[in-house]
Amino acid sequence: MARKQECIAMLLAGGQGSRLGILTKNIAKPAVPYGGKYRIIDFPLSNCVNSGISTVGVLTQYQPLELNDYIGNGQAWDLDRANGGVHILSPYQQIKGTEWYKGTANAIYQNINFIDRYDPEYVVILSGDHIYKMDYNKMLEYHKEKGASCTIAMLEVSWEEASRFGLMILNDDNSISEFEEKPKNPRSNKASMGVYVFTWSKLRQYLIDDEADPESSNDFGKNVIPKMHADGEPMYAYLFDGYWKDVGTIDSLWEANLDLLNPKVPLDLSDTSWKIYAKTPVSPPHYISVDATVQNSMVSEGSRVFGNVDYSILFNNVTVEEGADVKYSIVMPGTVIKKGAVVQYSIVAENAVIESGAVVGASPEDCANRDDWGVAVVGAGVTIGEGQSVAPKTQVSEDVVKEAK
Amino acid sequence: MTGKNIVGIIFSNAYDECISELTGIRTMGSVPFACRYRLIDFALSNMVNSGIEKVGVLTKSNYQSLMDHVGTGKPWDLSRKNDGLFILPPFSTNETGGNRDKLTSLKGIMGFISRADEEYVLLSDCNVVLNLDIEALMDYHTAKNADMTIVYKNGKVPALKDVIVLDMNDDGKAEKVTLSPVTEENVNFSLNVILMKKALLERLINEAISLNHKDFETDLVQGNVDKLNIYGFEATGYSAVIESMASYFKTNMELLNPDNCDDLFNNDRPVYTKVRDDMPAIYGLGSSVKNSLIADGCIIDGTVENSILFRGVRVEKGAVVKNSIVMQDGFVAQNSTLNCVVVDKSVVITPNKTLSGAESYPVYIGKEIVI
Repeated sequence: MARKQECIAMLLAGGQGSRLGILTKNIAKPAVPYGGKYRIIDFPLSNCVNSGISTVGVLTQYQPLELNDYIGNGQAWDLDRANGGVHILSPYQQIKGTEWYKGTANAIYQNINFIDRYDPEYVVILSGDHIYKMDYNKMLEYHKEKGASCTIAMLEVSWEEASRFGLMILNDDNSISEFEEKPKNPRSNKASMGVYVFTWSKLRQYLIDDEADPESSNDFGKNVIPKMHADGEPMYAYLFDGYWKDVGTIDSLWEANLDLLNPKVPLDLSDTSWKIYAKTPVSPPHYISVDATVQNSMVSEGSRVFGNVDYSILFNNVTVEEGADVKYSIVMPGTVIKKGAVVQYSIVAENAVIESGAVVGASPEDCANRDDWGVAVVGAGVTIGEGQSVAPKTQVSEDVVKEAK
Repeated sequence: MTGKNIVGIIFSNAYDECISELTGIRTMGSVPFACRYRLIDFALSNMVNSGIEKVGVLTKSNYQSLMDHVGTGKPWDLSRKNDGLFILPPFSTNETGGNRDKLTSLKGIMGFISRADEEYVLLSDCNVVLNLDIEALMDYHTAKNADMTIVYKNGKVPALKDVIVLDMNDDGKAEKVTLSPVTEENVNFSLNVILMKKALLERLINEAISLNHKDFETDLVQGNVDKLNIYGFEATGYSAVIESMASYFKTNMELLNPDNCDDLFNNDRPVYTKVRDDMPAIYGLGSSVKNSLIADGCIIDGTVENSILFRGVRVEKGAVVKNSIVMQDGFVAQNSTLNCVVVDKSVVITPNKTLSGAESYPVYIGKEIVI
């Protein structure tokens, strides 16, 4: 029997992240590489450990191989524990049949037994979609102080952006008076971050009731939370002010990466008091040659730069050959950019080869029609042949060689 | 795999005295090297890459930093239920004082050696930078029907005491062994990686005890050249022996040649080390970095040329680091200049300072000093 834990976390990592296109063809969204050495899931996992939450259930469903392999026994995040630690929770066969996770609430429902083993007072529900550093323990203290059944972390967003989010309208004591899901004319700019603290005894009952309701789509945002609200359960918003970014689209993933190069963006990964842990590949230090120029960029171990890198992020074991130009781009592990190739305003996934003279992406200034501009994406393992080009705003998942244009 | 039948023994303090600046506070094995490694990483990684699952690390003194680095052996996959990593601190008997040479050290761990089930034993020092294919070494040892195989390199004999130099016949069998001969010629000198049957090592140690022998190189190797089949196995690819501060400096700098780096950090036999979870290095606007090896966690806003920066080093705007080695968490403030300097861990160079040494005699700044 596991020892009782006051609070455990459940991390919803089963989503496909279909808006990330070819980047999530073979991996789940939380496993998408970010920031030179991390994957998206490193942020919630590290936040858990740094917040003192040492039992984390990771719910996987879509393309879990890479994610399962990455998390392993959790050692990289110090989550290989005798009591608790990280657990991968995939859908499993039950006596009444096998069910996929139908929705976010159903995913937790199917793992009630896992949660009950630790007999927690509180459960934190997280998703593997966001880049942010947050102390969940402070939020938990707030939840206790307010005597809430559910506390939702919120962030003030700009009014222009507000209609893209699930919004909350608050009373003076920060209790939630109304929810608005992506409204055309927002009445609030307080957006939900997808981070919830629940009192487990309450949530447990709501999950059972929700499962019994054939009308429900078994989703936290659509069903469980509105139901709790309608029943008058005490629900509060917890204000978070810090960097938070949904990396759900190619553009936002690209931006969130380049944010790391902007000293004005408050996301400091060098802060030793709140480290973001990752599984570190075994690579030697990176090498910058005599002829290379590297400006305003991030370079990870094992990489070799002989060309020019400007305003870009190079993951581990990337090679940039002589005369190659990499600008405003994200280059994932193992990719080789050969002599004289140009990679700009692009995301190049793992182990791709950009042959010499090839051109990937274009700068916004070079696009006659601004609507034609967008981040170009080269998929994992793809070769862009000598002298070939990849237009801006396109995604390439097959080799581009001569003839084929 | 070959290694399953070999027990590894690493001498973490071997030749400590040759770079006393760096080993004053640590063992040779825990001397920082090449941006993110400690010298022991090479010996440990070579062993585990060949499948060796049991490694004893002999320590003599000042081994806190070594213990901190190797921990339970997890980064090398040596944190095991069965076998794995064994730290072997000095075993005090009436005859072992503070000054433990190789033979005395081995006497002290006779228990460890005799309890091992493995048929072979592989001895390694830590002042050697080498990526060795131990499976090939074992194949050679077996093919030659050797009693003892010593890995050697051809070159100028290192300026260390008791360096084994082999004179071999065409077959590779040693016919004569000299110790640190004075010569300007290239010779075949030992890299002190030695393979033999465990039973032989036990016998040789017991003999040495009964004859009151004191020295590994003189009595166990040189004295047995006629009695045993001692073979030499040439280390190909890049390798180096750390014999002084100047050679420590030079060896680090040699890795700025990508070919040497490729040899040493061979993809087939990776070099493992303790992970520190730093972010990738950040190059600021206006920074200039040429011909340098940089570890994760560095933040560079100034100029860096022909240098080795360890994890978490910061070079501020206007600061210049040339031909230097800056260890973990070093801080070079604005408008300071370093040339041919070896900066130990967590040193702070405050603004507008100039420090300059020579390649043959780099200036050394001790750990945690503020200048």
